[in-house]
Amino acid sequence: MSAQLQPTGSAYFISRETEKPETHTLSILVANEPGVLARVIGLFSGRGYNIESLTVSETEHETHLSRITIVTRGTPHVLQQIKHQLERIVPVHRVVDLTVRAHELGQERPLERELALVKVSGTGTDRVEALRLADAFRAHVVDANTEHFIFQITGKSTKIDQFIAIMRPLGLVEICRTGVAAMNRGHQGM
Amino acid sequence: MSNGQNERREMTGAEMVVQALKDNGVRHLFGYPGGAVLPIYDELFQQDDVEHILVRHEQGAGHAAEGYARSTGKPGVMLVTSGPGATNAVTPLQDALMDSIPLVCITGQVPTSLIGSDAFQECDTVGITRPCTKHNWLVKDVNQLAAILHEAFHVATTGRPGPVVVDIPKDIQFAKGTYVSPQTAPLTSYKPRKQGDLNQIKAAVELMAGAKKPVLYTGGGVVNSGPEASHLLRELVDLTGFPITSTLMGLGSYPASGKSWLGMLGMHGTYEANMAMHDCDVMVCIGARFDDRITGRLDAFAPHCKKIHIDIDPSSINKNVHVDIGIIGDVATVLEDMVRLWRASAKTDKKALHPWWEQIARWRARDSLAYKTNPDVIMPQYAISRLYELTKDRDTYITTEVGQHQMWAAQHFHFDKPNHWLTSGGLGTMGYGLPAALGVQVAHPDALVIDIAGDASIQMCIQEMSAAIQHDAPIKIFILNNQYMGMVRQWQQLLHGNRLSHSYTEAMPDFVKLAEAYGAHGIRCDKPDELDDAIREMISVKKPVIFDCRVATLANCFPMIPSGKAHNEMLLPDEATDEAVANAIDARGRELV
Repeated sequence: MSAQLQPTGSAYFISRETEKPETHTLSILVANEPGVLARVIGLFSGRGYNIESLTVSETEHETHLSRITIVTRGTPHVLQQIKHQLERIVPVHRVVDLTVRAHELGQERPLERELALVKVSGTGTDRVEALRLADAFRAHVVDANTEHFIFQITGKSTKIDQFIAIMRPLGLVEICRTGVAAMNRGHQGM
Repeated sequence: MSNGQNERREMTGAEMVVQALKDNGVRHLFGYPGGAVLPIYDELFQQDDVEHILVRHEQGAGHAAEGYARSTGKPGVMLVTSGPGATNAVTPLQDALMDSIPLVCITGQVPTSLIGSDAFQECDTVGITRPCTKHNWLVKDVNQLAAILHEAFHVATTGRPGPVVVDIPKDIQFAKGTYVSPQTAPLTSYKPRKQGDLNQIKAAVELMAGAKKPVLYTGGGVVNSGPEASHLLRELVDLTGFPITSTLMGLGSYPASGKSWLGMLGMHGTYEANMAMHDCDVMVCIGARFDDRITGRLDAFAPHCKKIHIDIDPSSINKNVHVDIGIIGDVATVLEDMVRLWRASAKTDKKALHPWWEQIARWRARDSLAYKTNPDVIMPQYAISRLYELTKDRDTYITTEVGQHQMWAAQHFHFDKPNHWLTSGGLGTMGYGLPAALGVQVAHPDALVIDIAGDASIQMCIQEMSAAIQHDAPIKIFILNNQYMGMVRQWQQLLHGNRLSHSYTEAMPDFVKLAEAYGAHGIRCDKPDELDDAIREMISVKKPVIFDCRVATLANCFPMIPSGKAHNEMLLPDEATDEAVANAIDARGRELV
């Protein structure tokens, strides 16, 4: 819970959080119907929650279910509220805090992966260096001519951050990232 | 409800709307026609099962439907057109969301092919109403219309009740498709949990059995759960001998005449209720949500107690206040288990509660609702007390607007039954009371329905007087006229150095003439010794009445937990000198309100 900043002399209270914020990854199973994503992100903006990353795609075509992965940041109390508020949305079928689940399983965090397309343009030694580093990061070349590469890289977000930072002085042109896709390790489903 | 031949048959979208209303048991509908709902209005014209109540503004339709719902326990239904019809419905939708009122709002929309083209009277209704409804739908296929309407009723009335919107484009209203009855419609996935966790309930009963200074803190959830919940609550109070208080929204679920009743709690609650909340050792919150008007300063809220919270909405538990035992479930269902377990296991030791009741008696003796009567001027509290005394033996429903009069009504009008008190608690909507009274009167044609109003609030939906006349709804509008926006002025006195910025209404209509202009009956009273007769006249008139009750202009609403203070730091009426009022709130508060 949060503590009062000081006696405010007001009907409304400004409180100071005493808990430390944490970054958690949520998996949300929703009916894939029009407006469902707007409901989810509208909840986040309306109640002042953070979204650090969001991915969504239909995962079960026959039953029209989509899986939304949201990376959010808040105190444990706020994260609990986010889960409950999400569960109130009618087309939301299930919400799992993958980070909490990972802790229950004795793991530090859930399996989280991201994909990025990174366009690098250059000639001469920069170009050679870019290709060499891409190889070291196990990035694939998915498009190229004599003046550019487009690398496809997958992995943890931190690895992609690192790769982008390295590519920046080598002629980085543009980046597109999917955001985090995540699930818990082990044989059980969400 | 549904006859065999209707289970599956071809009809237009507009016919489906009317059929779905019938199949969901709707008898009354509040609405206002317009271009995008004309096909539905054409169907309404050709039948007699569903009675349409024509309002004068869509906001009025919404509040009337809320009043209808709150007083009957059935969903309220409203029908409005696209664009401005839908945007005018936003206030009652949010009001119903915050007070958990089941409300089904059907809106017309421009034809599907024109959506997104900025067509005449187009607005993004589902976008605008998404955050102020439990759920909403834009119907794009006439063959889904019936199932969506049935689901809308299901969602509005199931779990924590709330408002829903079904937005129906005009071409869908004309299109032909297959109607399915509620019985044959596909099952919806929305199934909130009703049954509380038995282990948690057991733990709660154990905690309660050991309490020395317990208090029951109840709210609107008890009313929403239905008459059985109120019945079980009374049983629980009798069994345990616990004192009980209630929020504004829960008044009536435990009778104000009951011996365990402490009065309302919160910002304008009684001294005994707030002190009991502050000093208790076990608090049982039943269908309430630790709203900021209830808790006062959160870090000083009930510091020495274990808390039990019963709520059907999991997000309400631990939202504002950390509780020790959270029970997710319907109030009636949980109370049933609780009463059963109490009977089976807990021995009531009412003796152990004696010191607590003695303490409560000392707080009660403080008489926090006292006020000085005046032989020349009607005190607003006196007006409410007389209104109560002269109407308590009738089937009386009270609605209110928002402000000082609302708090005085809550303090001085005493409710013995649930569903008889209707007020805008969460959103605090001025203009709620008159249309809500209309809705109540439509549902209960023979009841005495009184809107206790303020002179400022009443002007926000005054146009519905015309609807009341048209539909022979003899509602009584009892205005506590002090010529101020009293609660605004009270806060300006408390927080802003008595600079009464725009809280005085310099040009007031003549309410008696206004009543007459509408075809209603007008009464004015400004003398305490004439008040009783005037109230009797109001009751006896068989048509709508506007009662202009001229009250003391500068009276303020006490007791009060001054903003930012704790439950045990109440400002009581006999302490509320001008100086105390001016100094009740420190400088820091002024920037926050």
